[in-house]
Amino acid sequence: MILESIAFLLGTTLMYATPLIYTSLGGTISENSGVINIGLEGIMFMGAFIGAGIGYYTHSGWIGFLAAGIVGGLFGLIHAIACISFTADQVVSGIAINFLGPGFALLLSRLMFDGAAMTLPLPLDEKISRPLNGLFQQNSFFDMILNRYSTVYLAFLLVLVVWFVLYKTRLGLRIRSVGEHPEAAATLGINVYKIRYMSVIASGVFAGFGGAAVSVAIVSQFRITLISGQGFIALAAMIFGKWKPQGAMWACLLFGLAQAIVVFMPRTGLDVSSQLLSMLPYILTMVLLVLFVGKSVAPTADGKIYEKL
Amino acid sequence: MKKKMTDSPLGLTLISVFLGLLVGALILLIIGYNPIEAYKVILMGIFSSPRYISWTVIYATPIILTGLSVAFAFKTGLFNIGAEGQFIIGALTAALAGYYVPMPALLHIPFVLLCSLTAGALWGGIAGYLKARYGVNEVISTIMLNWIALYLNNYIVLNDKIKRPGSEATNKILDSAKIIFFDTWKKSSEGIEFRKAHPFWGDIFRTPANAGFLIAILAALIIWIILKKTTLGYSLKAVGFNKDAAEFGGINIKASMINSMAIAGALSGLAGAVQIMGFTREASALSAMEGFGFEGISVSLIGAVHPIGCVLSGLLYGALKYGGSKIQPAIGAPYEIINIIMGTIVLFISMPKLIRMMKLKKQKERI
Repeated sequence: MILESIAFLLGTTLMYATPLIYTSLGGTISENSGVINIGLEGIMFMGAFIGAGIGYYTHSGWIGFLAAGIVGGLFGLIHAIACISFTADQVVSGIAINFLGPGFALLLSRLMFDGAAMTLPLPLDEKISRPLNGLFQQNSFFDMILNRYSTVYLAFLLVLVVWFVLYKTRLGLRIRSVGEHPEAAATLGINVYKIRYMSVIASGVFAGFGGAAVSVAIVSQFRITLISGQGFIALAAMIFGKWKPQGAMWACLLFGLAQAIVVFMPRTGLDVSSQLLSMLPYILTMVLLVLFVGKSVAPTADGKIYEKL
Repeated sequence: MKKKMTDSPLGLTLISVFLGLLVGALILLIIGYNPIEAYKVILMGIFSSPRYISWTVIYATPIILTGLSVAFAFKTGLFNIGAEGQFIIGALTAALAGYYVPMPALLHIPFVLLCSLTAGALWGGIAGYLKARYGVNEVISTIMLNWIALYLNNYIVLNDKIKRPGSEATNKILDSAKIIFFDTWKKSSEGIEFRKAHPFWGDIFRTPANAGFLIAILAALIIWIILKKTTLGYSLKAVGFNKDAAEFGGINIKASMINSMAIAGALSGLAGAVQIMGFTREASALSAMEGFGFEGISVSLIGAVHPIGCVLSGLLYGALKYGGSKIQPAIGAPYEIINIIMGTIVLFISMPKLIRMMKLKKQKERI
C-alpha cells in the first residue's frame, strides 16, 4: 500500500513536471543569452493548440509535437526580432507575446474546429507513444512510475543536452558570455545578435514542446484552461533553479510533486481541502526562495539591451 | 524646432494603436472577413447607444485601476505581475465586508473600499517585503501570490458557511454597499416611470452604471499627484530611476520597495472592490485567472505608464473588449482578434526604435 502510494506520487510527479521542464529549459537558454522571455506562457498556449490541432489532422501526436516546436520557434522569432533587432523592452515584448499566443491559438481553433475554442480529441493510439508500456507487470511499482509517454523521457534527455551544450561546448560558452557581457563578447569576435537570435528562437521551440507535452500526452486535446499559468510557473522554476538547466529541472520536479500530492490526497481519505492543498506548491516555492535562494543570480546582462555601435 | 511625433509617448502610442488595428484588419481579411464591416460593428457596438457607452465604461473601470497599479510599480522600478491576485483579494474582501458588516450606506461604502484597499495593500506588500528583506524577485513572488489568492478565494467562497446555497458564489452584498447609480430607485415604480419618460437616461440605467469609473479617475489623479508633487513620489521614482544613486542620496530603498508594492496592491484591491460593488455584487469561485491583472499590464504600457494615460488606454481596452464581443454574433468573425490587436499594439509599443525607423524612411522618401 505504501509502496503503491509512493509509486503513484512519483509517476504523477513525472507527468506534471514534464511540460514545465521543456518550458523552463527554454527560459534557461534565452536568459543565459541575456534575453528575458516572459512570453513563454503565451508560446506554451500556442504550442498546446498546435500540438493537438495538427496532431488531430495528421493523426499523429508526434507530428503535432514537432509542429508545436516549429510554431513556438516562430513566436520566439517575433520576440527575438523585437528585442534584439529593435531593442524592445524585453518584458513588454513578452507581455505582447502572451496576448498573441492565446489570440492566435483560439482564432485558429475556431477556424479549424468549426467555431469551437477546443480541438477534437486525439484517439488513444494517435497520442504520443509509451515506450515502456508492457515492459513491467501492469500496475506494478516500476510500471506505475516509469510507464510514461515518450515526452517525459525526452524532457530529461533535453535537460542533459542543454546542460552539455551550455557548459561543455564552445556554443554554450558563447551563449553565456553574451548573457554576461555582450560588449566583451563582441570584441572577441562573437556575433552577439546571432547567438541571441538562436537562443530566443530555441526558447520558443522548447515552450512550444512544453505546451504540446500537455495537449498530446497528458490529455489528448487542447482547451482554453489547459495552460493556465504553467508558463509562468516554468519561469519561476528557472529563476528558482538559478538559471541552470539542472536547477530548473529540480524545481519543476518539486512543482510536479506538489501537484501530485494534490491529486493523491483524496485517495488517502484524509479530509484536506483541495483548495488549500492547491496552494501548497506556490507557498512552498516562496518559502524555499526565502530560505535558500536569497539574492537573485541572473546572468549579468539579462534583460539589458545590446546595440552594436 | 517642432518636436517629432515619434519622440513623444503619445505619438508612439497612437502609431502603435493604428498599426495594431491595421494588423487586425489584415488578419480578418486573410481569414475571410471584411475588416471594414468588422470595425464598423465594433464602433457601432461602442457608440451607437448610450447603453453601449455605459457598458464600455463599466468594462473599462477595473482595468483602469489594475493598469494604474502596474504603472505605479513600474515607475518605482518594480514589475507588478501580481495585480491579478491583489484584485482577487480586494474583490473577496469587498464581497465579505459588503455582506457581513451592515452599516448605513454613507459609512458602508467607504468602509468596504477601505477594507479592500488594505487587503490589496497587504497582499502586494508581501511581495515588496520579500524583495526588500530577502531579495526575492518580485516577478516570481507575485506570480505565486496570484495563484495563492485564487485558491484562497475558492477556499473561502466554497466554504459551506459562506457560500450562497445552490451557487458557487458568496451572498450578494447589501444594498448599502453598492455603488450602482440609483439601484433601488430605478426599479421602483417612480424610477420605471422616469426611465420611460427619459429614454436617454432610461437606456443608461438599464446597465449597472456605477460610481466605479469616478473612483478610478479620482485614483488616477491622486496617483498622479503623489508621483508628481510629493516627497514620497519623488523618492519612489528616484529608486526606480537609479537604485544606487537613490540610496547614496539617503533614500531608504527597502522601505520604498515595500511602500511601492503596497500602494500598487491597494490600487488593484480597489479594482476588485469596485468590480464587486458596482457590477457583480458577489465573489465567485474561479476556475482560472480572470485576466484583469494581465490586462492591467497592457493598459499601463499603452498608457505610457502615466496615470492619466492609464485612464485613456483603459477606456480604449474596455471599448475593444465590449465592442469586440459583438463581431462574433454580428458577422461571425472570431472575438479573439481583439487579443491579437491588443498584443500587436503592445508589441509595437515595445519597439520605439522600429517606429522611429519607419518614420525616418518615410522622410527619406520624401527627399
